[in-house]
Amino acid sequence: MTAFHKMDEPDHRNRLDAMVQGVLGTGMDRPDGPEKVTGSATYAHDGQVAGMLHGVMVRATIAKGRLEHIDAQAVEALPGVRAVLHGDRFLRNPAQGTANEAPVQGSRDIAYLGQPVALVVADRFEQARHGAQSVTLRYSEESASVAPDAETAEVPDKKQSSAGDLAAAMDRAAFCVDAVYTTPGHNSAAMEPHAAIAAWEGDLLTVRASCQMLKYNVNELADALGVDPEHVRILSPFVGGGFGSKLGISPETVAAALAARALGQPVAVALSRQQVFEATMRRSETRQHIRLAADAEGRLTGIGHEALVSNLEGEDFSEPVTQATPFLYRGENRLIGHRISRVNRTCAGSVRAPGEAVGVTALEIAMDELATAAGIDPVDLRRRNIPERDPGEDRPFSSHMLRAALDDGAAAFGWENRPQGGARQGDWLAGCGMSSASRVNMIGKSSARVTLHPDGTALVETDMTDIGTGTYAILNQIAAEMLGLPPARVKVRLGDSDLPKSAGSGGSWGASSAGSSVFLACERIRQDIAERCGCDEGTLTLKDGMAIADNRARPLAQVLAGAPLQAEGEIDKGKTSEAVRQATFGAFFAEVAVNAVTGETRLRRMHGSFAAGRILNAKTARSQCLGGMTFGIGMALTEELIHDPRDGHIVNHDLAEYHLPVNADVPQLSVNLLEERDPWANPMQAKGIGELGICGAGACIVNAIHDATGIRVRHLPATLDKLLEGLDRLDDLG
Amino acid sequence: MQTKLTINGKSHNLNADTRTTLLDALRNHLGMTGTKKGCDHGQCGACTVIVNGRRINSCLTLACMHDGNEVTTIEGLGTVDDLSPLQRAFVAHDGFQCGYCTPGQICSATAMLEEIKAGWPSHVSADLNAEIALSDAEIAERMSGNLCRCAAYPNIVEAIRTVAQGGRT
Amino acid sequence: MRSFHYERAADTPDAVAACAAGATIIAGGTNLLDLMKREVVQPERLIDITRLDLRTIESAEGGLSIGALVSNSDLAAHRDVRRDWPVLAQALLSGASGQLRNKATTGGNLLQRTRCYYFQDSAMPCNKREPGSGCHALGGATRLHAILGGSDACIATHPSDMAVAMTMLDASLDIIGKDGASRRLRLRDFYRLPGDTPHIETVLQPGDLIAKVVLPPPAGGRQTYRKVRDRASYAFALVSVAARIELAEGRIADASLAFGGIAPRPWHDPAVDRLLVGEVPSAALFARVADVLLDGAAPQEGNAFKVPLLRRTLTATLNELCREIPQ
Repeated sequence: MTAFHKMDEPDHRNRLDAMVQGVLGTGMDRPDGPEKVTGSATYAHDGQVAGMLHGVMVRATIAKGRLEHIDAQAVEALPGVRAVLHGDRFLRNPAQGTANEAPVQGSRDIAYLGQPVALVVADRFEQARHGAQSVTLRYSEESASVAPDAETAEVPDKKQSSAGDLAAAMDRAAFCVDAVYTTPGHNSAAMEPHAAIAAWEGDLLTVRASCQMLKYNVNELADALGVDPEHVRILSPFVGGGFGSKLGISPETVAAALAARALGQPVAVALSRQQVFEATMRRSETRQHIRLAADAEGRLTGIGHEALVSNLEGEDFSEPVTQATPFLYRGENRLIGHRISRVNRTCAGSVRAPGEAVGVTALEIAMDELATAAGIDPVDLRRRNIPERDPGEDRPFSSHMLRAALDDGAAAFGWENRPQGGARQGDWLAGCGMSSASRVNMIGKSSARVTLHPDGTALVETDMTDIGTGTYAILNQIAAEMLGLPPARVKVRLGDSDLPKSAGSGGSWGASSAGSSVFLACERIRQDIAERCGCDEGTLTLKDGMAIADNRARPLAQVLAGAPLQAEGEIDKGKTSEAVRQATFGAFFAEVAVNAVTGETRLRRMHGSFAAGRILNAKTARSQCLGGMTFGIGMALTEELIHDPRDGHIVNHDLAEYHLPVNADVPQLSVNLLEERDPWANPMQAKGIGELGICGAGACIVNAIHDATGIRVRHLPATLDKLLEGLDRLDDLG
Repeated sequence: MQTKLTINGKSHNLNADTRTTLLDALRNHLGMTGTKKGCDHGQCGACTVIVNGRRINSCLTLACMHDGNEVTTIEGLGTVDDLSPLQRAFVAHDGFQCGYCTPGQICSATAMLEEIKAGWPSHVSADLNAEIALSDAEIAERMSGNLCRCAAYPNIVEAIRTVAQGGRT
Repeated sequence: MRSFHYERAADTPDAVAACAAGATIIAGGTNLLDLMKREVVQPERLIDITRLDLRTIESAEGGLSIGALVSNSDLAAHRDVRRDWPVLAQALLSGASGQLRNKATTGGNLLQRTRCYYFQDSAMPCNKREPGSGCHALGGATRLHAILGGSDACIATHPSDMAVAMTMLDASLDIIGKDGASRRLRLRDFYRLPGDTPHIETVLQPGDLIAKVVLPPPAGGRQTYRKVRDRASYAFALVSVAARIELAEGRIADASLAFGGIAPRPWHDPAVDRLLVGEVPSAALFARVADVLLDGAAPQEGNAFKVPLLRRTLTATLNELCREIPQ
């Protein structure tokens, strides 16, 4: 039996708050924790099987052209090498999120330097690696476009919008900002490089892979291989981080499957770290022209946000930089522009919070500039500009917590009593900054199966993934809460494409979507129990394995009478995703120290207050926020894909030179999660929180640098070289 | 090449290509996949193991160079039913999210605490000749060879601090 | 990584003989294996010297003798080093990570190769990796690259922190040649500038084995290592300064400076040291010192910032060392 629910109406019942097990929302330890801390959690490349061969991918070393010849023979003669494989089914790019079909395939046409063009398979990894390094490729090279160009960029009609007259508003404004901001490309850099182990049994394929969205990934893989999706099974019980880079299938998965079929043996293929940088998604660099017009009280009368991004020819995805701009602040004159430049660079796709991560960040630097120009406290400036309704589409907000987050964050950080900007301690200049956070909220179609066993244990099953987000914990808690069971009596099975199909992990929708499906399945089971107890589901109490109705408590085992109860729940988005604007909000506050000699910036402390509807697990939700904020620290200070000016290739394609924040870059961060329920979002009244922590986070740091030094950095990251000239001027003043 | 390794107290005879790193020997030859490969170039710390009492990147050393050595991997520190104090603290403080860097973090932290006991200074030690004060800054600096993209750093520091101070979690 | 023949040296003559016969020495392996995996270097024969007796740190000739196999960790933690040559401990502790310092050796650290993106990528032209193929850093990404001492053939930098401190301290190397004889060489004379042969980085001859580094007796004054980098830890230097200043009666009685991150070798300019000696510390003096140091600097677009950065870092370091010590 399936309980299906489409979110056409807000669900005001708030059923979860009526439950009494007291598990949901607590900071319960992750049930998968012991496996992770002992090395017994099995990630894609850990599920090694007998007779497994190793494959290593070969890359193109030109930016554009045609691969004329692969000298396979010499390599196949090397010790241990089984085959050099290439051809029309190998992937050129990874698949975009929710593509549901194969991305561009074929080894012949080369679109970027680093594109995978062949796979060398050998008995041993060392043999395959050397084989891959020994392959000689012959090309006919064509001239490439390796840098984004505003002049020749595409201007898609449906991505432009305007209301009122921004130019006139700028003319009339008491205060305005008109500036260009840039953000460089980023890599997700999940700690687990993309990997797959493929094995065929007859025409049935099983792949252990590192994937975020199995429902789509099965179809993408099947389409790439030209087989029936029913014959493809993907296992991803543990995923070593995704951040968007594993939304769609990537080259190694298809290569492993093709090689395993060709050679009749299981084949493992893991991308090297360099290949992760070159052949999985990058976040596009952005150029953002922002205009803000405000009246004498700092109330916005106009907002313009025009973005230039890039991607390969033919790719639909383009970084949705301005996604939050239409609704974040008031202002009747509005302009949104979007251009896409076609370049021969690594494919651009989703990296944690595509759009808002860079778009809100630039907008929030601009807001700080406006606050400075108008002489208004930056928190207050934001308070004055919170719209009553979604100004872009003139519809209500489902709920709106920006003001609450600003107030809470300012109090928690001690904004009113912050140190004077520019205060000097030794060589270090102190400064504080803040920024707003916002991210759109959504759900996707998602199913789960829940079985309540007669022994009073429950099993939750879905093809949903836990990419570090805490899925194992929260689905356990939802089921435990609804069914009145201690969490130890609930088992959660994830990451197997044979299980009911979920929305997958991505776009911050995983917890809401998969969680709601578990909620629905449990609700159906509760109805069944209520019926057996002769009561209404609304009056049934389930706690600690007991069913309580009409002042009578019975053990579940007795109610079930030896037979399990099973239900499937399925949620889908409906009219509530259009009828109202659903978004999550927050506020960031940071204190930095900038070295007056060298321009090095060190973050001293950072606080985030966030509202994302019901919080399902206080501990894992906080960790998601810490992670997002740290992505923001990287974006503000250190992370940048450097492209070679001649061939566009990513020169800093490793973790030594692409600078993720290290432990010493990150002080103790504080996070407050605000109490909120959003009935428009889903029956749990919860919203996504996985990405909110990055959306605007970098801006509070850049704004703090300005507070400390008076130097406005508009081109991220704010590496020391961008501060030196300004520090020279400070010296002269001092 | 024949190499004798004592791993987590158990003797193993490895016969592998000389090119095999200690990391690949553990994972691909000895079936111990708890140690992870994150970059294969000593740039992330996911492969950290303890050899003869010291933490090293197992990706940047050849297995054959460790003939006769004692290796401790994450599998040797504790089990699901019998976690080490650091493993317990990492769970309690949510010192990880995806968990991929975690075996390396815990091996690293285990050996790092011994380095502090031995009085080794660090880059952030104000006085090279003084006793080490176990501050968060000291822990963070000493753990900076272990990247965590999920960015559990504050929780990792908390977990290690708790154990170092003899606290229960 | 190509297949190679692996052997373990039983003693020093064994190692020297293998070396003379063309074997590549492996000790810590943290840099060599990194490069072998990328096939940036492709030795056919490796001689493992880790079992040789070169792990001793002992007082010698009034200074300190450091075996080539002493790990970076042990050297940084050594009581005498911390007390008498703190600049060296600081430099070591600012480099790499705890794990890498446990493995990396003193001799290996001196010989580590550049981090130049193009050297590290075997698909790119590089005169250092493949003589005559061209320098792709010129006209490319140059954040890591040299502003002093480079040539039209190569602008790569030497990445070591330790070697910068040792250069400032005027350390010497004891090298055993293929004839078995030991000779001593100042570290300041050890590295070659690229000129048109960037693949030849030191004066080592085939068969040479670095056995020891010898630090001269502790010198007076104050010393420090200041490293500037893109993140708080675990990153290579953009610029670093190792400095020792001895003051007497308000004047600089002795000075020694060396610089990292800016040149193909740890950079030492005797004219800079000379300029300081005998002078009263002042902003004008430090500006003159920076002018002399940076005379002839040839930055690229991507690393032009290193000129003001080095000037500022140098000045601040000198200010710090010349400041009155509060009693």
